[in-house]
Amino acid sequence: MDIKRIKEGHKLLAEYKYELGTIERGYTNRTLYVNISDNTIASKAVTPMMKEKFVGGKGFGLWYLWNATTPSTKWDDPENEIVIAGGPACGITQYAGAGKSLVCSLSPLTDIPIDSNVGGFFGPLLKFSGWDALEIQGKAEKDVIVVIDGNKGLVTIEEAPYEAVDGHILGEQLTEMYADNEDDKRNVSVVTAGSGAEHTRMGLLNFSFYDPRRKVTRLKQAGRGGIGTVFRNKKIKALVVKFSNVKGDLNNAYDQAVINKTGIKYHREIHDLDHLQNNMRKIGTANIIEVMDEYDLLPVMNFQYGSHPDTEKIKSTVFIEKYITQGVQDGCWYGCSMSCAKAADCFKLKTGPYKGQRVTVDGPEYENAAGLGSNCGIFDPEAILELNFYCDTYGIDTISFGTATAFAMECYERGIINKEITGGLELKFGNFETAVELLHQMSRGEGFGTVVGQGVHRMKKLFVEKYGADPDFLFDIGMEQKGLEYSEYVSKESLAQQGGYGFTNKGPQHDEAWLIFMDMVNNQLPTFEDKAEALHYFPMFRTWFGLYGFCKLPWNDIVPADNKYTDEPAKVPEHVQNYLDVVYGVTGKRLSTEDMIRESERVYNFQKIFNIRMGKGLRKNDKAPYRSMGPVTKEEYESRQERYDNQLKEIGYNPEGKTTEEKIKVLREYREDQYEKLMDAVYKRRGWNSNGVPTIEYLKELGMDLPELIEVVKDLQ
Amino acid sequence: MVQIIKLNNRDFPWEEGLTIEKIMEIKRFTFPKIIVKVNGKLIEKEDYATTVVNKGDNVEIIHLLAGG
Repeated sequence: MDIKRIKEGHKLLAEYKYELGTIERGYTNRTLYVNISDNTIASKAVTPMMKEKFVGGKGFGLWYLWNATTPSTKWDDPENEIVIAGGPACGITQYAGAGKSLVCSLSPLTDIPIDSNVGGFFGPLLKFSGWDALEIQGKAEKDVIVVIDGNKGLVTIEEAPYEAVDGHILGEQLTEMYADNEDDKRNVSVVTAGSGAEHTRMGLLNFSFYDPRRKVTRLKQAGRGGIGTVFRNKKIKALVVKFSNVKGDLNNAYDQAVINKTGIKYHREIHDLDHLQNNMRKIGTANIIEVMDEYDLLPVMNFQYGSHPDTEKIKSTVFIEKYITQGVQDGCWYGCSMSCAKAADCFKLKTGPYKGQRVTVDGPEYENAAGLGSNCGIFDPEAILELNFYCDTYGIDTISFGTATAFAMECYERGIINKEITGGLELKFGNFETAVELLHQMSRGEGFGTVVGQGVHRMKKLFVEKYGADPDFLFDIGMEQKGLEYSEYVSKESLAQQGGYGFTNKGPQHDEAWLIFMDMVNNQLPTFEDKAEALHYFPMFRTWFGLYGFCKLPWNDIVPADNKYTDEPAKVPEHVQNYLDVVYGVTGKRLSTEDMIRESERVYNFQKIFNIRMGKGLRKNDKAPYRSMGPVTKEEYESRQERYDNQLKEIGYNPEGKTTEEKIKVLREYREDQYEKLMDAVYKRRGWNSNGVPTIEYLKELGMDLPELIEVVKDLQ
Repeated sequence: MVQIIKLNNRDFPWEEGLTIEKIMEIKRFTFPKIIVKVNGKLIEKEDYATTVVNKGDNVEIIHLLAGG
């Protein structure tokens, strides 16, 4: 690549010089505002109120987004923002998983706020460059990049016409361009989307980190909700940050020794126990592919089934033995001994514009293998890696792509759509060539790929209005809620997980709660109140990671050897204490577990009210597709007939002599009623009324009775 | 009459010589992070094969959370 020629094409649109400043106890106490419509660049002060009520990370992102938009703002309006913020613990290097950024925007899929967490170096380097958050507003006329030079104290907006758009090339180009030399590449991080993000609603953002051993710019993804689509709609080609003096004490912590001690204890655990537990250091989250299959939780063919004999072909050991480079440090931020950002090196592509090239594929994570593989009926590891690669470089969310493609495949197989509609594509389950062609079409902005790229919610509408599909059936099998595609777990046999997906703020993503084992296998949540307690605690606990800049995986993807002796092993109490200790070490705040939940409750309820302000966020918006609750079709019921017949007997209905259709109907009435009852219990536990609206009394208790919030909810009490 | 034990507070058929290992095979409990208790007493992994479960015992095989 001719970097010199590409750089000569840049046209400087704005320049902003700033004092480098200092970090105090994890905060720089200012944020960077960039408007690419009028090329304004400014510094904003972080107020005590922001820290007290929103902490940082996702809290700051949502607060800025609220102030930037109105109830009528759409995702593609210039007012919409993309906010990237790490949080006060982001950037520490002594505890695993402390380099996360949270990205917030109004989503093209859901039309409400989305938040997506991501590793890579951008968040920490942004903070070390002097900024707790980056807030981007406006829409450029031509493709631009925003460059933050944290060494010089300089921010620029530059037209950038010649760079590539696809993530894996653009990441390399800009890393090369802004690094002084090979050693300096680790001091540059780039945020990109990709060509597919331009033509779909499910675009993602790639956050880079340079891997000096592989000599490759690696990519981690802020995948959910279409933020990459917003990015390209604003004509942002990339964001670049550069900071050259990363050290372990840059957060200027209140008590560094506490952080060091806690980190060492944790690293020892990883060293001693990972190979006996999840094998995160060998295969990352993909360790659970075969586990999910064994427990009938792996989505197969649009969530119809939970297991398949061919899972053997894509189990984690296949990737470990044949594809994923072993024995290298794969942390996506310094000091992460969990090291789960795995990659397949020298993978030869078989299709598309990069056919024949050997590339590094960042992945597969579990969601990629399940979404791009089993859920589309594809049980070929090389097909999964190829789809994984193209999703990333085109800037397409693997989860939304997998779930949307699986839906389209089922519609095709059931004759709801046909080859004429798909433009000749034979969209059958298991057809890798068709699946990857959909991706290439998304990149080129043509064909049926751009239809699938609108997501399940909009496909349902189109198939009903244009092709006469049955809306009720499509509602049942279309695995989306609030406009967001379900992530890759079968929740049919766990009522708590149905709520874990259904009662989320942003849509059905498992990062709020994963309760399937506690509920379905362990039977630890027998009553509605038990389930409601879990659906309060875990979503709040997991929200907290995103306020501080932590990764959730080190919390429970390894557990201490003596965890089994604790009162509540599911919560991994020692690790919870680790986080409280680290936060004390960084900020000087000595939080209790109750304080931790309360911090999350403030932001969680703020997001809930934000949804209500956008015309959603009510009980009706938590309605879920029946396939997330039980068997929709005869085939699904009969494939697990004994299970379902037994459940009917337990509820006092004799299945003997009844048709499958009759049995489906009775089971459905029962399960839907259970979901409604669970909703009542959860809303009550969360301090909401029966319509899902936070009560003013509860907001007062939280200290979130801000006038602008009360204004939204006062008439809905 | 079928003899039973309680497995995670649900009925599970008992048979002569039933062990924790056997229960885990039948139930296909393959998840690596599991805690086992019989009548409230913790059973270590190396004892799964030799721990005999008696009629009426209360067995808990608790899976910790998964899900990235």
